[in-house]
Amino acid sequence: MSTSGFHTRLKTDADVDIRATYMELQQLEGIATAVRRDILRMVAAVNSGHPGGSLGCTDFMVALYFDIMRRKLDGDGKPVFDMNGHDEDLFFLSNGHISPVFYSVLARAGYFPISELATFRKLDSRLQGHPATAEHIPGVRIASGSLGQGLSVACGAAYAKKLNGDDKHVYVLMGDGEQQEGQIWEAAQFAPNKKLGNLTAIIDLNHAQIDGTTQNVNDNRDLAAKYRAFGWFVDEMEGNDISDVIRTLRKSQEDPDVPTMILMHTEMGFGVEYMVGNYKWHGTAPNADQLQQALNGLPLSIGVTDY
Amino acid sequence: MKKYEYTDKKDTRSGFGAGIAELGRSNPNVIALTADLAGSLKLETFIKEYPERFVQCGIAEANMIGVSAGLTIGGKIPFATTFANFATGRVYDQIRQSVAYSNKNVKICASHAGLTLGEDGATHQILEDLGMMKMLPNMTVINPCDYNQTKAATIAIAEHDGPVYLRFGRPVIPVFTPADQQFEIGKAWHVNEGDAVSIFCTGHLVWEAIKAGEILSEQGIEADIVNIHTIKPLDEEAILASVRKTGCAVSAEEHMLNGGLGDSVAQVLARHFPAPLEYVGVHDTFGESGTPDQLMQKYGLTADKIVEQVKKVMARK
Repeated sequence: MSTSGFHTRLKTDADVDIRATYMELQQLEGIATAVRRDILRMVAAVNSGHPGGSLGCTDFMVALYFDIMRRKLDGDGKPVFDMNGHDEDLFFLSNGHISPVFYSVLARAGYFPISELATFRKLDSRLQGHPATAEHIPGVRIASGSLGQGLSVACGAAYAKKLNGDDKHVYVLMGDGEQQEGQIWEAAQFAPNKKLGNLTAIIDLNHAQIDGTTQNVNDNRDLAAKYRAFGWFVDEMEGNDISDVIRTLRKSQEDPDVPTMILMHTEMGFGVEYMVGNYKWHGTAPNADQLQQALNGLPLSIGVTDY
Repeated sequence: MKKYEYTDKKDTRSGFGAGIAELGRSNPNVIALTADLAGSLKLETFIKEYPERFVQCGIAEANMIGVSAGLTIGGKIPFATTFANFATGRVYDQIRQSVAYSNKNVKICASHAGLTLGEDGATHQILEDLGMMKMLPNMTVINPCDYNQTKAATIAIAEHDGPVYLRFGRPVIPVFTPADQQFEIGKAWHVNEGDAVSIFCTGHLVWEAIKAGEILSEQGIEADIVNIHTIKPLDEEAILASVRKTGCAVSAEEHMLNGGLGDSVAQVLARHFPAPLEYVGVHDTFGESGTPDQLMQKYGLTADKIVEQVKKVMARK
């Protein structure tokens, strides 16, 4: 991570390096492991929360916050948070139930102390079950949890940046089950029509939701074709490969008038062998034995600690 | 009874249109959004003068609310406009999560509220909107009574930092409040001094209350008429001061009794100064097609009905 100012971003395909600019890939992977341990310990501690999607989106979230996003940092490299987010990249989490990964990444990026992760879902905590602004937790700009609303909010934030002459970017993450919400498709029409080229939306394509596979519950069918027909630039990436996430996010901003939709292939529960690909872990916390088994498979890197 | 006269009749939605046009000139952060109802919301002047600050969302109200919440993050003051039905009931969860719970500076501006929307019928005549909006924490709820008050309220809410629901309507009604008024959110307007009965009125029923006050005055009954334009936060002091003087009250609104102004008044009286209260409003029923005047007659939202309720409540003192 740079020590001051903004991360700069490479704009064209030719400039793309598969390796992170400011951190070695190995370092990013070390952070991702620590985040996975945070997620597991956070949900196990309160026997509630959503580990599956959180683990699946960990590599993406680490790449986004530690490499991709141009964030305001102070002289010590600590993030400076203000609600307006003028002149910096913004991220919105639409599928708010994966709050564990959001909170862990925000804490490890310096928005608040990692010790606060121990308060997740507890009374009087700033870390509500689903992200909220009411407790003024740095890094969170909108409440989410009731699905389907984040893309609209991101459209509004991107629209404001254009009006403000702010050349920074807006990112939003959604679930694939969430694509069943009608409001998504209202926003899907809006963004290309308003030429929101400063918006990149990512769909976590893990094919799983609470009641089963997305295919069985209410099939998304061909999301790429749908978004292309709505006027988006559509790309795909391997969400559990940090290099591929970085490479894809760096190259997808070339047309100033066209928003980008990235279909991100992930595995729910990635990093914990017994959770991978099983939708039962969408919203179930591991018990003590399961937690230990999972942590044993996720050894911390040197110099990285648990909260 | 204090004399109220009017030289002009206008719709309150045009007061909103005039107010937002003025805001366009005075506040560069004000953005107008609509969901395919720019004409009905009287946005023509704003759009003509500030096309870059107008966002046409199409028939997609849920997205309009979310986009509005997002615009506030960039420091904008979005005025999201459509019919009251589509501005509340249709998008309640979007308002709840992205606006109220997130405490975003979104102004939800709703026209064609209540029965006076008229011929379109019950699908469009929302009578529950004040109740839904006042239940939301962080939400300010305002229901102005004529063109001038609506214009002043529109200008005032831009200065208030937080979510606001501003409700107005379609019919052309007398303009009887001053053109140069300052609108103070949460501060009731004392329409007439009296000691026999309190009449708490809002929106289109304020003019009816004035007419009722004249009828009562001729019969020697002087009503204390208070315009509660801000449903939330409620001016409890004004309500209590009036009922302590009169000992009984009637509420009057173009809204369902459940959840309306009368409900709010009843809560204040029950807690602080129990006194007889009667209501003028719609009783647990949907509306129907008809002219605004016919509907107001049929559903009992008239000066005569207010007089009737005054007699009833005074007998209970």
